[in-house]
This record gives sequence, structure tokens and C-alpha cells, in this order.
Amino acid sequence: MAAPLAWQESHIPVAGLPLRLRRAGPRGAPPLLVLHRDSGTPDQLPIHAALAERYDLLLPEHPGYGQSERAPWMRHPRDLVAIYQGLLAALDIPRASLLGLGFGGWIAAEMASLAPRDFERLILVGPMGIKPPQGDILDQALVSHTDYARAGFHDQAAFAAVYGAEPSTDQLVEWDLCREMSFRLAWKPYMHSQTLPHLLGAIRAPALVVWGAEDKVVPISAADRFMAGLPGAKLAVVPDCGACVEMEKPAEFARLVTDFIG
Amino acid sequence: MHIMYFTEQPMATYPADKGLEFGATALMFSNSHFDPAEGSRLYNEYIEQYVLAEDVGFDGIMLNEHHNAPFCMQAKANIFAALLAGLTKRVKIVMLGNPLPLAENPIRLAEELAMIDMISKGRLVSGFVRGGGQEQLATGVNPAFNRERFEEAHDLIVKAWTQPGPFRWEGTHYQHRVVNPWAVPLQKPYPRVWVPGVISRETVIWAAQHRYPYIALNTTVEQTQKIWDLYDATAAEVGFQGGPEYHGYLKQVHVAETEEKALENARQFTWMQGEFTGLAHPVWSTPAGYSSPENRRGFVEFSTGRGSSPRRRPSFDEQIRDNMIIAGTPKTVIAKLRQVMEATRPGIMALWANDGAVSHADSMTCIRLFGEEVLPAMRETAKALDLKSPFEAETPVSLAYSQDLQPRPVAAE
Repeated sequence: MAAPLAWQESHIPVAGLPLRLRRAGPRGAPPLLVLHRDSGTPDQLPIHAALAERYDLLLPEHPGYGQSERAPWMRHPRDLVAIYQGLLAALDIPRASLLGLGFGGWIAAEMASLAPRDFERLILVGPMGIKPPQGDILDQALVSHTDYARAGFHDQAAFAAVYGAEPSTDQLVEWDLCREMSFRLAWKPYMHSQTLPHLLGAIRAPALVVWGAEDKVVPISAADRFMAGLPGAKLAVVPDCGACVEMEKPAEFARLVTDFIG
Repeated sequence: MHIMYFTEQPMATYPADKGLEFGATALMFSNSHFDPAEGSRLYNEYIEQYVLAEDVGFDGIMLNEHHNAPFCMQAKANIFAALLAGLTKRVKIVMLGNPLPLAENPIRLAEELAMIDMISKGRLVSGFVRGGGQEQLATGVNPAFNRERFEEAHDLIVKAWTQPGPFRWEGTHYQHRVVNPWAVPLQKPYPRVWVPGVISRETVIWAAQHRYPYIALNTTVEQTQKIWDLYDATAAEVGFQGGPEYHGYLKQVHVAETEEKALENARQFTWMQGEFTGLAHPVWSTPAGYSSPENRRGFVEFSTGRGSSPRRRPSFDEQIRDNMIIAGTPKTVIAKLRQVMEATRPGIMALWANDGAVSHADSMTCIRLFGEEVLPAMRETAKALDLKSPFEAETPVSLAYSQDLQPRPVAAE
């Protein structure tokens, strides 16, 4: 395995919150803001290393997830939109590209719709945020933390490669914190917005929508809604892959990103 | 001492093999296994049992509610409370309680409870609970805001009961343009509030801070004593002396004409314990955000089968040995209850007498034997131990209505 990615870690004050940020890659390269899943984000992933070769990679942790302090007042993913706009302003980054993973895809889509001029490219991976026309977004309240994380992978060996076959108790505690914050933000309607389908039309950034063909978390039928709302967007369906495309097929996913952003 | 009769109102007539096959008898266990003909029979038997409980001398009838599970048929405790308000004459109707966070409109609860209080001519004790974890999922209520909703709904209901309307409520979880319920309680300043619970420290502290009696639900003697220590320390901090009149205790106690029969029926208590152990679903019973943060690690370990349940119950024989379940003839039960009363000194006792598939006839016999033999003996014991109820001690309804406070700082721990 390659040497671990050397993150520069800092806490950036945004709206009174010390937001945890990990940053890697060449400064001056195109900035890429990664918005993580509702299960938080591992520190070291092959996809991080791959993207940090070409981009100024920004990996913040949502407040209330992992080690970022919870904001008890937050009630909607749109609150995170304001936080991340604040982060980009604090870092003096006028035009980033957004990579939104699952729940983070919802935040990214909201960001790009609320500030259409601000973003270079938009990449959404199995995004939540829109009610699928067929099926429902998997309700994590009804399944164990491990089962929910496993549901994100088509190939369970890929899950084990990231989290271990039996995730540690520390990992379970982290997932429970993440889950609690997700409930605080998106309990009802669960993990989707009734206005986002309409707001997508405001987005100007060229968009790439990526979906694992075997996604068990967000039914792929939702891709139709995103494609209908994002004129000119490209859709890439990754075969033999679950929801967590960036973790299950990192090399293939990295190619999709670099082909799209450049 | 105030002695209450309690049953969970079990619906034990579902096919047990289906429950075992599904692996849980809660939340997602299909209601296609509910038989409304049996439900109708059971509801009416429970009414007969409650009426008998009053006739034989119980001081109160304790009611509760649960959702999506056969261990408790009461989906709305206020319905039975309303029935008892009309069907009984003397007993206190003790709600333990209405799950406040599940209410989208607490004013409706305030109205219903006020009606029950008036119809019963002032016999309502209006306990409040947070509701179990799975109740949040069954009713679509956000578990992460459970405690905030509990406290805000309580404050709103008490204000609606005590302050003349109309007023406006712009809260965090509840917003009401016009609060002006036409029905208000008969009891002044408002009906007594008792707060039941199992393991949450925060709830014990909250109850003591409001001077509301705390009812320990089927806890061990050791757990109960720890709860009282915490309650009384908090009471001292806010300025009153804790003690039996603030301490309630729910025990599983079954009495029958023979020891054998009593033990056979008492085994039915473990049927219900499936909810908390074998047939509960660890994920559903503890959604993220529902429990105290200090219990987070314990619950996530339990949910993966790595740890035992923080609510774990030992075997039936151990529970009999340790007086967790008390069963026998009146003579046996009286002696064991005396041990428990000496060790825990409650001023309120709830006797959870019949559960599972105990027959109607045996339930009625149990209630009759309680009245004829056990209750008089318990009252003697209570007298000897000086265990007074809040009614006997004439305690104030709440801290805000207390005139004897002497707050002093005490290190909680």
C-alpha cells in the first residue's frame, strides 16, 4: 500500500464553529471540495490520494460528524450549505468544484443551486436529496450501523478493505454520532427535499452524476430526477458497484472525475 | 402508601412461532398477526380487572401506552383513562404516562387530560414519559430531539393548565398561535405529575428538579437505591428533602392460591421481557440520539451483539431469587414485598400483577387475593416503616408551587 496521504489538518472558524478541514494536493491546482457521506469519512482512502495528485483537495467534516463539533441549532442540510460557502470564503476560494457523495451530494446540489455562479464543476455520486420515483432511500434508523455501511457496497470485500470485516467499536460510536446528526438534519422528510427537484434548474455548473448500478441506499431511479433537473448533465453508471463508488471502485471513479474536471 | 394495580395489557394471543421466526416482536413485526376479535375480548377483560382492582381496595390504576408491539395493547393511554374516569369512583387514574415527545400538539393532550380530570372528579395523576426508542420510530418522531420535545411539551402543558389564555407559544419544537383550551383541569394548581423511568440519569434529575415523584420501573433493588440517592441529592440542591413520598417503585408481583400456580403464571413476565431482551431489536429500541450520550458506546456494542443490553434481564430463576419477580401465595408474597419495601422505602408502589397469557380467571383471582390479604399487610408494613404517599404527606404539586424551599449547593457526584 502506498504511503498515507499527508493531510494538512486545521480547524477553520465558520459561523462560530471550528470546522475540521483536511487539505492535501498542490496549492494553485483546481480546488475540489469533497462533501462526505452521512456515515462520515475515513481519513485515508485510495481515492483521496488519487485526487490529491491533481487537485487542491479539501475534505471538511460536517459539523456533528466525526470530530467536527455539533451545531445544536442546525435543522436542515441547507444549513451546511451556508457553512461551506463560509468555509470557501474564509479560504478565499472563489470557484471550487464540488464532489458530493451520497448525503454530501444533496448538500452539493443545494450549494450549486443557491449560488449558480460560484462553482466550476459539480459531481454527484448517488446523491440523496430527491425522493426517488421508484423505491425509497434506505432508512438507516431501521438497520444497524454496520449493516447500513455494508449496504453501501456491492462487493463486501471492498467494505472490509475500508472498514475491516468487523468495524471497531470506535467506528460504531462514530457512525452513531453521524446518524444522530443526520436525524437532526434530515429526519422528515427522510433524506430528501421537496424543493430541490425544482431548484436544480438554477444550476449552471456542468454536472456529472455518478451512480453505482447496484446502489442499495439511494435507488437509481432518482438518477432520472437529477438528470431531468440538470440540463446537459452527464450520467455515468458504474457496473458491479454499490452506492459508495469512490470507495468501491476508486480507480475507475478517479478517471471519471479527472476526465470531467480535467 | 399509595398502591396501584398495573398490567401492560398484553396481547399474548399472537402466534408466538411467528414472533420467534421474525426474530423480534416490536415495530416491524407485522400487525397481520394482530387478531381484533381477541383484542376485543382482551380489552373488555382488562376493563373488568380494573374495576375489580378498585373494588378490592387498590388506591390507583396505573396506565401506559406503547406502539407496534404485542406486549402492550394500549396505543393511547388516555382512552383507558377516560373509560376509568367514568367506570370507577375512587381510584386515582395514574398515567405513567403520556409520551410527550410523540405529541405533535401538546395542547390536545392538555385538553384530553383536563377532561379526564373533570370526568373523574379530580382523580387524575398525569405522569409524563419520553416514550421508548421504538415509539419514536413507530410514530415518525425524531429521536434526536426526544428530550427537548419532552421538556418543551411539559412546559407548554403546565402553562396551559395554570395560566389564563389566550397566550401565544413560539417554542423550538412547538408553535401555537392561540393557546386557549376551553377545558382545564379540576385539580389546582394542576394534577399531580409523576415521572417513571428506567435508566436515564437525566430523567431522574429532571423529575427531582421539578419536585415530581419518580417511579422506578422494575429496576433492581440496587439500581433503585442509586436512583433515590441521585434524586435526593438533586432535591437537596433545589431546596427540598427527598424521601418516600417522592419515590415510587413498580414491581412484578403475582399472587395465586398455590405456590405452583403463582410461579407458573409469573413465568409470563418473561414473555414480556422479550421486548427488552430476546425479542427486542437493539437498533429499533435505541435510535441514535435517543439515549444519554454516556450510554452511546454500550448501546452500539449491544446493537452488534458485542455487548449485553444495558437493559438486560437475568433468567427467571435469578429474578425470583433476587425479588425482581415476586410470586407465590399471599403469605410468600407479603414476606417478600416487606423485604423489598424495607430495602427501597417507596411511598408509591405499583404492582404489575398479570402479564402475557395469564388467563382472565387467574388475573381476577390474583387481584382478589391482593385485596383480601396482600394490600392490608402492605399497609401495615408501610405504617411501620413510615412510608407516606405524596397525598398523605400533602407534598406540593411541583417545585414552582413550593413554599418551603431551602436550596443548598450539593455536589451531585
